[in-house]
Amino acid sequence: MALNIGCAAKPGRARDNRTGSWRVFIPRFSREKCSKCGLCILICPEGCISEDEEGMPVPDYDYCKGCGVCADECPADAIEMELEEK
Amino acid sequence: MVDKSLELFDCGHRACGGCGPALAARLIMKGAGANTIVVASTGCMEVFSTPYPETAWKTPWIHSLFQNAAAVASGVEASLKKQGRDEKVVAICGDGATFDIGMLCISGAFERGHDITYICYDNEAYMNTGIQRSGATPYDASTTTSPAGRNSLGNSRPKKDLPRILAAHGAPYVATASVSYPNDLMQKVERAVNTPGPCYIQIHTPCSTGWGFEGSKTIEMGKLAIQTGLWVNFEMVDGEVVKAKKVVRKPVEEYLKVQKRFRHLFRPQPNTEEIAKIQAIADKNAERYGIDIKQKPQE
Repeated sequence: MALNIGCAAKPGRARDNRTGSWRVFIPRFSREKCSKCGLCILICPEGCISEDEEGMPVPDYDYCKGCGVCADECPADAIEMELEEK
Repeated sequence: MVDKSLELFDCGHRACGGCGPALAARLIMKGAGANTIVVASTGCMEVFSTPYPETAWKTPWIHSLFQNAAAVASGVEASLKKQGRDEKVVAICGDGATFDIGMLCISGAFERGHDITYICYDNEAYMNTGIQRSGATPYDASTTTSPAGRNSLGNSRPKKDLPRILAAHGAPYVATASVSYPNDLMQKVERAVNTPGPCYIQIHTPCSTGWGFEGSKTIEMGKLAIQTGLWVNFEMVDGEVVKAKKVVRKPVEEYLKVQKRFRHLFRPQPNTEEIAKIQAIADKNAERYGIDIKQKPQE
């Protein structure tokens, strides 16, 4: 029997909330400078950076809040934060 | 082995940009794996990850009260054991819930020896309710309930040594970690969930809002805490320290001067007397855990 107490929500439903609208600065990834180390993918607090078939990091701008942790930590300086025009 | 590509904490949560606890949640779940039931206390992480009807978690997740996460985790574990199931039970709670409010339930759960992993994400104050001091707030940090001013230098008490308190309960594995060293963090979580009995991990999670620094500097702040000796990453097995991260130590000023919560120690001029007291805390840590790398004398 299913217990009908408390509040339940479907797993990962937070995706309804597109936090990309919070952003002021947008990270731009340079494919030339990137060494494919994968550090940005691991340390993004949103977990919104994925890897394409070449192993390059691809940010999901629907969720990126523009915090700049990736740009700050990138060992190859391949990520630039730029003011986003909306 | 830790599967780094495993994402069990999804996008769309409402944490501040550059949130240390949000990063900790992702890394903890990578280390714990998919066969996990998460128990949360009230706190920043609970509020930003699960505003009803949204949830950022992709595993079973339960929240009851501020103080009883360890008791709920105990119950979940006892029930799973009775049913012969093998899910791992992980309680993830903030420092307020761990150091102050939940102490009674944690002590009970550890004393009864439940097979749970209790993880404290330590951002060193009650951030969710507006930065009030907790038992984990470091000495001299300014918070809204320990404000620095003419008659006060901020928090007057040192940080509670919870890892040792829980090791004294007979916990088989107690560790500290930092979001700034993600691989180390994931490995420690993996080890804890696979160790039978109650295990404890305390994770340093810099909070840009509460500590007063740019959100992009979260990782840098965690590294500075370790490099100055004010946070030590160590592992304790059966009450003995078996491993501690060694560093070439920097003076504590480098960590203090970049945070708004310690700004009063540098204005109008550096308060050398207080900074020396904080340096003494770092020196004591270094001595206790033997973290200093001996440098060869320069010829």
